[in-house]
Amino acid sequence: MNETQSPLLDVRNLEKVYHLNSGLLQRIARQPALNLRAVDKVSFSVNAGETLGLIGESGCGKSTLARTVLRLHEPTSGSITFDGRDITKLPHREMTALRRRMQIIFQDPYASLNPRKSVEEIVGLPLSLHRIAQRSEIRDRVVAMLESVGLKSSHLGRFPHQFSGGQRQRIGIARALILNPSFVVCDEPVSALDVSVQAQIIALLGSLKRELGLTYLFISHDIGVIGHVSDRIAVMYLGDIVEIGPARELLRAPQHPYTRALLSAVPQIDAGPKRERVKLSGDLPSPLAPPPGCKFHTRCPFAVERCRQETPALRKVAGQGMVACHLEQA
Amino acid sequence: MHSTRSSVTEMSTPLLSIRGLKTCFPTRAGLVTAVDGVDLDVYPGECLGIVGESGSGKSVTFASVIGLVRSPGYVADGSMQFDGIDLRGLNADGWRTLRGRDIAMTMQDALTALNPALTVAEQIEEVLLAHATDLPRRGRRDAARARAIEMLRLVGIPAPDKRIDDYPHQFSGGMRQRIMIAIALSCRPKLLIADEPTTALDVTIQAQVLDLISDLRRELGMSVVLITHDLGIVAEHTDRVAVMYAGQIVEAGVTRELIDRPRHPYTRGLIGLIPRLSDLDAPIKPIEGQVPELIGLGGTCRFYDRCDFRASRCRTDIPMEAAGLDHQVRCVRVEESLQ
Repeated sequence: MNETQSPLLDVRNLEKVYHLNSGLLQRIARQPALNLRAVDKVSFSVNAGETLGLIGESGCGKSTLARTVLRLHEPTSGSITFDGRDITKLPHREMTALRRRMQIIFQDPYASLNPRKSVEEIVGLPLSLHRIAQRSEIRDRVVAMLESVGLKSSHLGRFPHQFSGGQRQRIGIARALILNPSFVVCDEPVSALDVSVQAQIIALLGSLKRELGLTYLFISHDIGVIGHVSDRIAVMYLGDIVEIGPARELLRAPQHPYTRALLSAVPQIDAGPKRERVKLSGDLPSPLAPPPGCKFHTRCPFAVERCRQETPALRKVAGQGMVACHLEQA
Repeated sequence: MHSTRSSVTEMSTPLLSIRGLKTCFPTRAGLVTAVDGVDLDVYPGECLGIVGESGSGKSVTFASVIGLVRSPGYVADGSMQFDGIDLRGLNADGWRTLRGRDIAMTMQDALTALNPALTVAEQIEEVLLAHATDLPRRGRRDAARARAIEMLRLVGIPAPDKRIDDYPHQFSGGMRQRIMIAIALSCRPKLLIADEPTTALDVTIQAQVLDLISDLRRELGMSVVLITHDLGIVAEHTDRVAVMYAGQIVEAGVTRELIDRPRHPYTRGLIGLIPRLSDLDAPIKPIEGQVPELIGLGGTCRFYDRCDFRASRCRTDIPMEAAGLDHQVRCVRVEESLQ
């Protein structure tokens, strides 16, 4: 990670609120409006060439954050700067053009590919949509792309159901990379795969990143995977980033009690001395009514009165990381 | 099951003993042998891990044990003894008394395994009323309800006396998994088969559910079979483990020994591809290739195409051989591959 370069992606106070019960019928029935704050004033940046890993439990807002950054969901407030340009309010047409440089790889290789299209059509579609290649060139570029993700030209005419999960994920990767993007969101790209296939895809994403100079925002709930692919890691809880820092530092010496609980809950195959288990009680609170103060205080074994009153902001601690916690030793 | 055995297991007779189990599914492409010659013992009070990737036959093995192989699949061969009972000779009535009372199984997906139209109370009480022999004649229903509430408290559901009348959709994923465990344990079975009990759960909830199963195992003295694809879970929660690949057990042994000194190239591959938090520099080494189709296999080691140590003598049916104290492996090139 290079401190001096300007970040490829810079996100400031990004907020995404979903208004529930706002439909006509619900308003007529006078149901109370509900606001679901999926992403709550989040700030972070991603430098060119690095991988920022995003971890957190289901429902913490990590996928919403990534999709809002790509403006697949419209942000409620805050700003998104990509390569020095504010794209928060970029008109639709310009945003579409910009998507050549910002792509996404989805979690489910079964649901994210159109079952009625051949591999050639699926992977070639972005080229024709963006009118980048002549019809005659498309096939050559698709073949080249398939080969670089470990598929063959003989696969061109086949349909998604004829492939295994790992191969389908390779198709999804080929589709995302054929436009030659610089920034790629990997949204749980290996979660639906068996471990041996998972390792193949992780290796592939790593070598593609080096070859093509990609920058990743990598989302996973698997902390082992995140640890291995990330330069820096951000930890989310109920729409907030509670800790962010260099991967090694954060995994070696997690500061936030939530990060510590999360890491200590990962089953380890090594015999050695165990991390001290930080046990959490209870479930994730409803994001419709997040607890006041620090949102984590209802499950935090170290919570004090101040945590119930005051929302902690991200602050610098020892090392290069930042943590949102009132506790001194945190 | 084999000649060498550690002191842990030599004293007792197994609760469940499987020999030569073969389970087949006819398909249009041919006869799929999902489980092919599995030998397994589960001893009283132990936790046995079954690890393998999808299609390795780990779930089908235990669907066979509990008599729930989905038609047109069938158990083609082998014997299964549970607590002195021949499971293959059981009729429908025999199964009804055994399942739920002595053997219980929790399914992978708690949302689809629970009945959405019945309250949690109805689902637990149903099992108790059908199987529990120690409920009083008078006030059976009240006693069943009290027992159901007690079970929910045991699995850590807050305010169980209020939540018991809720429906499954009113609970979170972790809570639903606990409810399924509560149903499975309500009649204090001798054997709990937990099929991927935590795959759909977040790690902090996963840890809570696995701790719960371990605690209850100690408290109730039952045996647990933990089916999982996660070697980390196996390492932390099981006493012994069997590794399955393409319908066969390829390695089995005491968990710590097997993980520290894996013999089969597949087991070593599997361990090599776990991303370790303790060593971020250790590269994740993928196993290249894919699991073979389970049709017309035989006459060769099933890992042959993906193995770095394959040789001409692997082109035959490989038997399980002792590889140490209570450690067996299905590989003829262990010595060469370890060098």
